[in-house]
Amino acid sequence: MGIVAVDKEAIRKMKPPVVHRGAIGWLKDNLFNGVFNSILTLVFLAFLLRFVPPFIKWAFIDSVWFTTGDVCKECPGACWSVVLKNLRFVIFGFYPHDLHWRPFGAMLLLFTLLFFSYHKRFWSKKLGYAWIIGLVAMGILMKGGIFWLTPVDSMKWGGLPLTMILSVFGLAAAYPLGVILALGRDSHMPMIRYLSIGYIEMIRGVPLISLLFMSSIIFPLFLPEGVTINKILRAQVAIILFTAAYVAEVVRGGLQGMSRGQYEAADALGLNYYQTMRLVILPQALKIVIPPTLSVLISAFKDTSLVVIIALYDFLLTSKTVIQNPEWNGFSTEMYLFVALMYFLGCFSMSNFSRKLEQELDTDKRS
Amino acid sequence: MTDTTDPIIQVKNLNKWYGDFHVLKNINLEVKRQEKIVICGPSGSGKSTLIRCINRLEEHQKGKIIVDGIELTNNLKNIETIRTEVGMVFQHFNLFPHLTILDNLTLGPIWVRKTPKKQAEETAMFYLEKVKIAEQANKFPGQLSGGQQQRVAIARSLCMKPKVMLFDEPTSALDPEMVKEVLDVMVQLSEEGMTMIVVSHEMGFAKTVAQRVMLMDDGMILEENNPIDFFENPQHERTQFFLSQILH
Ligand SMILES: Nc1ncnc2c1ncn2[C@@H]1O[C@H](COP(=O)(O)OP(=O)(O)OP(=O)(O)O)[C@@H](O)[C@H]1O
Ligand SMILES: [Mg+2]
Repeated sequence: MGIVAVDKEAIRKMKPPVVHRGAIGWLKDNLFNGVFNSILTLVFLAFLLRFVPPFIKWAFIDSVWFTTGDVCKECPGACWSVVLKNLRFVIFGFYPHDLHWRPFGAMLLLFTLLFFSYHKRFWSKKLGYAWIIGLVAMGILMKGGIFWLTPVDSMKWGGLPLTMILSVFGLAAAYPLGVILALGRDSHMPMIRYLSIGYIEMIRGVPLISLLFMSSIIFPLFLPEGVTINKILRAQVAIILFTAAYVAEVVRGGLQGMSRGQYEAADALGLNYYQTMRLVILPQALKIVIPPTLSVLISAFKDTSLVVIIALYDFLLTSKTVIQNPEWNGFSTEMYLFVALMYFLGCFSMSNFSRKLEQELDTDKRS
Repeated sequence: MTDTTDPIIQVKNLNKWYGDFHVLKNINLEVKRQEKIVICGPSGSGKSTLIRCINRLEEHQKGKIIVDGIELTNNLKNIETIRTEVGMVFQHFNLFPHLTILDNLTLGPIWVRKTPKKQAEETAMFYLEKVKIAEQANKFPGQLSGGQQQRVAIARSLCMKPKVMLFDEPTSALDPEMVKEVLDVMVQLSEEGMTMIVVSHEMGFAKTVAQRVMLMDDGMILEENNPIDFFENPQHERTQFFLSQILH
């Protein structure tokens, strides 16, 4: 017993072991380490070999891209012409043909704003103002009727711009509403609490479809003679009200994850309720629930396609209309693959955004 | 008003229940300006509850609490005023993990005291120097050791320029080697004349700074004395028993 001899010199010379085994080594370590894993790898490889080459042949080698429907019918591969030849209708619906630059411009504006909002380093007051101006400009472009722009009735809006409008406005309005409902549900004031609970439970108890039907068929019955509210607006409100209830429940989960100590520390500093929520609790609670919130928002994005049942020509319905045209009958696979791809791109960017946001807001990590 | 014999905190016949459970029983306590009081006692005796009543983190049901001339009632304005005058340091620090150290310190001054940002930051840096972690100002709480976090928490309270500081077992969640750095800061603070109520079992600290040490048990203050007599010559059997427990 006593002082333990330490060979400092030898320790100082030590290096971490070099691990570099090359591709074969990696395969062995990761894909063929054990019987079960090897079988899984082989089955998966067989599956890939069976399906991928035929798909590539169909989609790219034998496919036609800019032909008429009749040519397509002779062709063994994919008929992408159904998409490309009808692209303008699929994207813009019944919007007047010679005015397509207007919804195009509106979407360009929207994508630009979304792109800048995607990167946290661009977040600033200016971006907020840009959004406000951008939204007004988009509205003017779509609707027209001022400046020299010919008015376009909103019943003619359709396709991708309609889907984008319903989604972006729907999510952007549902999120803050959901947060307010979640706070209401945890409120100390009984009236506010019961109203919030009632609202959330009622909305969660019915499917979105029924809300859409109500907004388009039942709700107008209660309006006085001669008053009409735009159908898109009604659908939009239904989507917002629906999504908000789900956001509220997710956010409530986040609020429950907050420790009492955070509230107490804020109280002890003399912050009032609104300051405590805005500066201390919500920034943390909302961050915890980024992944589930994004799941809710992604579902809501996809659910906007349900507006087809009240005959709004969103992106899905314009696509469907094309393949019902006799010339393009029989090419629904190609069309729906295209639609799926577009939805996938939307959802995938949202997932990416969620992951990026989570990393950027992560301050708990030790560095 | 700066008369040091004038009590800044008066607690009169304080009673509190959790449901049927009587946590605080007829507590009477007066704290003079610049006085330092250490409260000790077994777990569950109501020490935390008592000091949390003083800044209304807990509501009392009977009796009176008067802080700096203002009585604590349901009046929200009064509660907020008292909270700005009374700083609190918690066992588990309770820093805001999403804000940098500097932002933790300036949050209260900017939003409650309406101090301009620049001035709030200068004050914050002053107190960070004082607790000897100015170089950590731009880190996040999660990147600091427990002792450092607790010193930040003390600085955060000080930035509000409180008249009284409450400490609820500020060192009991810390690894032993970090206890001293926090106690040093507290001793320094007491030397500067801060009024302090400290729930703690650190006898060395109590002997250095306290004018009075109290023993709480079962919701009552059973003994109070100057630290020397309290520790060397305890009168109440509960105090004798408690001290024998923590000394072993
Ligand atoms: N919110 C609450 N509801 C019900 N009982 C409570 C609540 N908070 C505390 N108590 C009870 O009140 C008693 C006093 O608690 P308090 O936290 O004041 O004790 P303490 O002296 O600080 O103990 P410790 O040394 O463990 O911190 C305990 O028996 C505790 O179980
Ligand atoms: Mg306690």
